[in-house]
Amino acid sequence: MTSFKPVVLWTDAFVYLLLVVVFAFAWHVRRNERLLAPWRRVGRSASGMAALTVLGCFIVVGLLDTVHLRPAVEHGGDAGGEQAYSVEVLSLLDVLATPLRTRVEKTYSAPFSAFLYARETVELPDGHQIRTFPRLQFGGAHLQDPDSELVADVAGRAAAGAGLGLLAWGMAVVALGGWLARRGARGWRETLAAIRRGATPVQWNVVCITLACILPLCGAALALADSYHILGTDKVGQDVFYQSLKSIRTGLVIGTLTTLMMLPFALLLGIMAGYFRGWVDDVIQYLYTTLSSIPSVLLIAATVLMMQVYIETRPEWFDTAAARADLRLLFLCVILGVTSWSGLCRLLRGETLKLREMEYIQAAHAFGVSHWRIIGRHILPNVMHIVLIATVMDFSGLVLAEAVLSYVGVGVDPSMISFGTMINAARLEMAREPMVWWTLLAAFGFMFALVLSANLFADAVQHAFDPRKKMLSATMPPRHARAARRAGRQPQASSSASVTERAPRP
Amino acid sequence: MPGRMALLNYVIRRVLYAIPILVGVNLITFALFFVVNSPDDMARMQLGVKYVTPEAIDKWKAERGYDKPLVFNAAADGVARLTQTIFFEKSVAMFAFDFGRADDGRDIAHEIRMRMLPSLAIALPVFLLGLATHIVFALTMVLFRATYVDFWGVVLCVALMSVSSLFYIIGGQFLVSKLWHLVPISGYGDGPDAVRFLILPVVIGVLSGAGASTRWYRTLFLEEMGRDYVRTARAKGLPERLVLFRHVLGNAMIPILTGTVVVIPLLFLGSLIAESFFGIPGLGSYTIDAINSQDFAVVRAMVFLGSLLYIVGLILTDVSYTLVDPRVRLE
Repeated sequence: MTSFKPVVLWTDAFVYLLLVVVFAFAWHVRRNERLLAPWRRVGRSASGMAALTVLGCFIVVGLLDTVHLRPAVEHGGDAGGEQAYSVEVLSLLDVLATPLRTRVEKTYSAPFSAFLYARETVELPDGHQIRTFPRLQFGGAHLQDPDSELVADVAGRAAAGAGLGLLAWGMAVVALGGWLARRGARGWRETLAAIRRGATPVQWNVVCITLACILPLCGAALALADSYHILGTDKVGQDVFYQSLKSIRTGLVIGTLTTLMMLPFALLLGIMAGYFRGWVDDVIQYLYTTLSSIPSVLLIAATVLMMQVYIETRPEWFDTAAARADLRLLFLCVILGVTSWSGLCRLLRGETLKLREMEYIQAAHAFGVSHWRIIGRHILPNVMHIVLIATVMDFSGLVLAEAVLSYVGVGVDPSMISFGTMINAARLEMAREPMVWWTLLAAFGFMFALVLSANLFADAVQHAFDPRKKMLSATMPPRHARAARRAGRQPQASSSASVTERAPRP
Repeated sequence: MPGRMALLNYVIRRVLYAIPILVGVNLITFALFFVVNSPDDMARMQLGVKYVTPEAIDKWKAERGYDKPLVFNAAADGVARLTQTIFFEKSVAMFAFDFGRADDGRDIAHEIRMRMLPSLAIALPVFLLGLATHIVFALTMVLFRATYVDFWGVVLCVALMSVSSLFYIIGGQFLVSKLWHLVPISGYGDGPDAVRFLILPVVIGVLSGAGASTRWYRTLFLEEMGRDYVRTARAKGLPERLVLFRHVLGNAMIPILTGTVVVIPLLFLGSLIAESFFGIPGLGSYTIDAINSQDFAVVRAMVFLGSLLYIVGLILTDVSYTLVDPRVRLE
């Protein structure tokens, strides 16, 4: 492993762009107390912060998987020749997880097993042949007698890994305490006590508890993954844990880039329709009514089919298979964006219609401020909360949609690992005898964690940002709610329908 | 009766409005299927990209009627210059429900008529049962609002929302059919026999939509709870149960109808995933098969049919408003 050539795929470029946007937005918000206030409300939400912590872990994995490179190929002899690079595009995660990626067994093996899941004819040294479960090439290969040693070995490694995880957690908490103490100009001990009581403005205690669950688990998983297939292997012997980790990026990319792709159009057209009214409004309304009248799955299916033809008949565009799969992923994001675009556009149009009658905008008109300046300075900042809420609310739905679309056959490229392709490959395994359950369970577990935390975080953001939505009782701990009821105040929503509340998609 | 005349007028006007939208949909599908990729590209894709002869491509195009010019046929005379084109024969003909033939030579319109009933047999019970159970659960949660019942109900809803619909089907098939042997895993029969096959898909369909719908209805009802008429109803001594199930439910009908009536016509299309998992010969599995075998004609027909049904749903929604709320006037 000497040299490599960095590769920036299309989705990578957009992920970097998204990061820049997020950081610029965060920097802008930090300097503006009015913008910071709803984020403080998010920080006070226990479920929101726990969800954000879990999401953060997923994002770290996803980002590691975004930095792509092509390793150099070793070639003997001529050192003066031009360096050749592998056609295989690897990510930083692939490099870190090289043992997981390369230790491919023959076929299925159960989690933590040292044996294959299928009987094979093995020739004994004395020439006899027996049908037995052969040892795995890599999983548990260091054990002499797996039947007696396996449990103790797994427990020992898991404990060591969890211990390291706990150590990392302790260091993280101490660092957090130190940082908060410096910012708050308080004693270090005092700060830690405040965190424990939950007396900090941001619910750091929830973050610490969540990390206390995640870090030892990660530590144990990493310690074990080195010598076992902790989630088993699939039909061609690939490690399922590795596949699950790779799926995270695909899910995150679809969930975030789709919104990024459609945002410029939805913002521009939605605001234009509401602001200029007249024929502009008619044209834009016609456009989104027409697009939204096609059932989204069918529109996506038709577009993806056509895109497949387009890509398939132009193989000269792509130098690597990864580049082709990546462009397909990007196209999928664009198409999903087009189908989900009309909802946001309609919301923005409605809000702009209301805003343009406001007095401060009338005043700006009277002063002769140009239309585009009014839109940029007065309308855009005041619809951003809708954009933000729509973005976080759409995320989980898009991750779920990816799985369904890949099952239907119009999702990501079959060579790209995603939750959808994992489920698709494993869907017949439940009917197999004996049953292979671990691939589906792994996909289920990872997807559930990702989507659940995204849903909880979206709820927290929605409650914090929607001005017309007071706290509903369910996000209030029951104790408080009951106290409120006893005091005669019934927790209830505001009277008008919230702008961002949407019907579930059929 | 002036009311009925107004309704009729309104419906006629809405149908006229729908025409430009359908024309738009038609143009989009035409562009998507014939302009983005030429018929030659499609032929090459289906016949294998590398080893394909020009004769094979011509034959493939002639079989499907794709060998004509796209929008203008200079070789023909008079009106035929416009009618003997792909645009007229494939896209305009869809307005007359002439969808052409699938790749296996069968008439698509006939297939659609045959497959509508099985689709409906699963989609309609899912829709009705789902609506009833989700609303009842939501009202129960609102009845117990601000207690642990409500809190854990919402937690359960969010958890249910976070599970992919694929897992409901896979898990349901595994538990009910494979482990407990209660109903067949998949298949479809005619007449009363069909019930055996339909129970599981219907239950799973209701369950997989439960999280999102129940939570949405709960928010709607909670919003209604703050209105004055609720206070009045309580003040005159109505029990909370009646307040909820009579007054709140009735007044929340408008937003509920907005979300539900639209999908009624779309029930004909069935569900893509459920039908293919359970082997039900409906339109959903027809579409999936077409996508997998890249049968472009079928996908095009389904896109057109889908948007047509959606527009019918929008009109029905507006009409249904007048039925539940006499204050709504049609203009």
